Amino acid sequence: MSVEYQPKVIGFLCNWCSYAGADMAGTSRMGYPQNIRIIRVPCSGRVDPLFVVKCFQRGADGVLVSGCHPGDCHYTEGNYHTRRRFTLLREFLDYLGIAKERLRVEWVSASEGQRFAELLSDFTAELVRLGPRSKI
Amino acid sequence: MAEIALNIDGREVRVDEGATILEAARNAGIHIPTLCYHPALSPFGACRLCSVEIISRGRSRIVTSCTYPVAEGLVVNTKSPDVIEIRKMLIELLLARAPKAEIIQDLAKEYGVEKTRFKIKDPENLCILCGLCARMCEERIGVSVINFANRGVERKVETPFQQTSDANLDVCIACGACAFVCPTGAIKLEDITKKKPIPILSEFDVGLTSRAAVYVPFPQAIPNVPVIDRERCVHFLTDKCKTCEEFCPAEAIDFEQEDEVIEVEVGALVVATGAGPLDYTQFSIYGGGVYPDVVSSLQLERMMSAAGPTGGEVLRPSNGAHPKEVVFISCVGSRDERTGDGYCSKVCCMYMAKEAIMLKEHDPETHSYIIYTDARGPGGKIFEDFLTRAEKAGTTYMRGQIDSVAQQNGRLLISGQDFITDETFNIPADLVVLATGLMPNEDAAKLFQTLHISYDSKNYLLQAHPKLRPVETAMDGIFIAGCAVAPTDVPESVAQGGAAALYVLKLFSQESIEAEPMTSIVDIARCTGCLLCRQVCPFQAIEAETLRDGRTVASINESLCKGCGICVVACRPGAIKLRGFSDQQILAEVMAL
Repeated sequence: MSVEYQPKVIGFLCNWCSYAGADMAGTSRMGYPQNIRIIRVPCSGRVDPLFVVKCFQRGADGVLVSGCHPGDCHYTEGNYHTRRRFTLLREFLDYLGIAKERLRVEWVSASEGQRFAELLSDFTAELVRLGPRSKI
Repeated sequence: MAEIALNIDGREVRVDEGATILEAARNAGIHIPTLCYHPALSPFGACRLCSVEIISRGRSRIVTSCTYPVAEGLVVNTKSPDVIEIRKMLIELLLARAPKAEIIQDLAKEYGVEKTRFKIKDPENLCILCGLCARMCEERIGVSVINFANRGVERKVETPFQQTSDANLDVCIACGACAFVCPTGAIKLEDITKKKPIPILSEFDVGLTSRAAVYVPFPQAIPNVPVIDRERCVHFLTDKCKTCEEFCPAEAIDFEQEDEVIEVEVGALVVATGAGPLDYTQFSIYGGGVYPDVVSSLQLERMMSAAGPTGGEVLRPSNGAHPKEVVFISCVGSRDERTGDGYCSKVCCMYMAKEAIMLKEHDPETHSYIIYTDARGPGGKIFEDFLTRAEKAGTTYMRGQIDSVAQQNGRLLISGQDFITDETFNIPADLVVLATGLMPNEDAAKLFQTLHISYDSKNYLLQAHPKLRPVETAMDGIFIAGCAVAPTDVPESVAQGGAAALYVLKLFSQESIEAEPMTSIVDIARCTGCLLCRQVCPFQAIEAETLRDGRTVASINESLCKGCGICVVACRPGAIKLRGFSDQQILAEVMAL
């Protein structure tokens, strides 16, 4: 695998926790891979599983959906819906010919800048290991 | 209740019907000696010292005033020659029974009885069989562990079967009330039970003193009234006692009182749940909770308070002596991943400097050492000067780390490494003060979850923005201040509290409140009326609406909608759109990649 390979990651981050967590990583001057393209959503519950499929269809190597920790949702229970929806979608990804590992659903709070940076490094490293994705 | 007038020692005394002569006399300030009487217990008439002369219908009689009820027109003489003579005889008899009892020797002196003419059976005996202990145990404590056994000359106070058996251990609650009421000191708790009385340590004085089961939590408590500790109150343990209820003149004691849930509707909330010091006893590596002379900074603070348990004197808990060498250990549980959390508790450096200066003021011979990680004077201005002042007052500041605290010949030996000279040190000290770090209150996180406000991994609250919105949260109308956000000193807490209050006022002074513009909208042409959206909406913002053509569709209340977009994803026909985050808008972002 060539080192030059840079996977494309699309991140759906909720406005209240994960987006703020990514912001925290930035204001705390922590470095993280530049592979991610962040799309801000009000709540991880706003992320339609079909958005993720669309991302893969458009050539994304990995998709990160991130929201508040369960119990901490700004909208009380949005992330519970996220958890259920994406548990299902993961099962379908294999069927679509996409490795399950390419979708990550993670909880990152507004204070967890460090965690966000580590999570992204880890995810990017894994995507590099998996290599470029075959077209659907 | 009817009032009764009687004459005691030539004075007219008025009391309620049903009272005894003794009560009437005590109300009027007339002293009658007693041994077996206690206002909280039923009268017994055992010691007979309270004998008085009564004259009713021209006849004189001697009665025990503790049991004789008052009657209209009764004439009582508490100091007539006959009464004095009888009391002298009683004292002689008591002297023969319990010659070493101090209270009886005092009475003998008062009545001029020099010695007893009766045979002393047991010179060591102290018990006068007044029965106070037995009545206390039965009437107030409600466990009846001790009572009289045998009859006549054999009579004595005993536990069942004359032993402190295991059976009694269970029954006796080791309250010590029997020993407390015993007038002669005959009752000793260890003769009754093997249980040790456990003092109720005062929370406010950080365990330096004990408190009663009914107590005022702390001097500035709001409301400043006593509370009952249900777990320790004898009434809640045995269903008896109720002494406080009986004696409270305001009749304020209510054993039935329960916690109440009070619902209040408010427009804004300021969360200022604060923080507290870590429990110093968990730092056994510094001798906390191991050696008595290792105290927390809060305990030292209580000792230095003029209203504190030692009246403002700093004393070594082990022997009550003034400490001459005092070692402060800073950053206990803070800035040290080894023993606690990594963050700085901010206030400790300054209060240690203050305490070191005060120790010197209390006793000029005191020498304080402050072993620090960094001596910080946050906030600039006078703080740095204050540290210098502490140093000038003779405090030795040493940058270093403690390796061990050990007890040696009644003193403490503090060993560690001086980081500046790079040498090890051994300081003998009389008192070690642990400057324990601050930690948010234990159940604060539960409250934060209920309010849906964010907090960090150390359970401190998260600001909406650490620099630009320091007293706001991500939730509208919820503001934060003080140590609940981060360790904060008094002036900063006051400033934050003031700022939070201003934000509340700002919110309340508005004519109208701006609603979230990013709300969901329903395309009624596409809505099938399945109302799945209503089920997932966390804010009850979606209602069913019947159109003129009879179709049922979803309708969104825009003032309730917070714009989370959960309904958008749930909508099967794609009839709901979230303003600002429509499928087209988000997908456009995806397409751009």
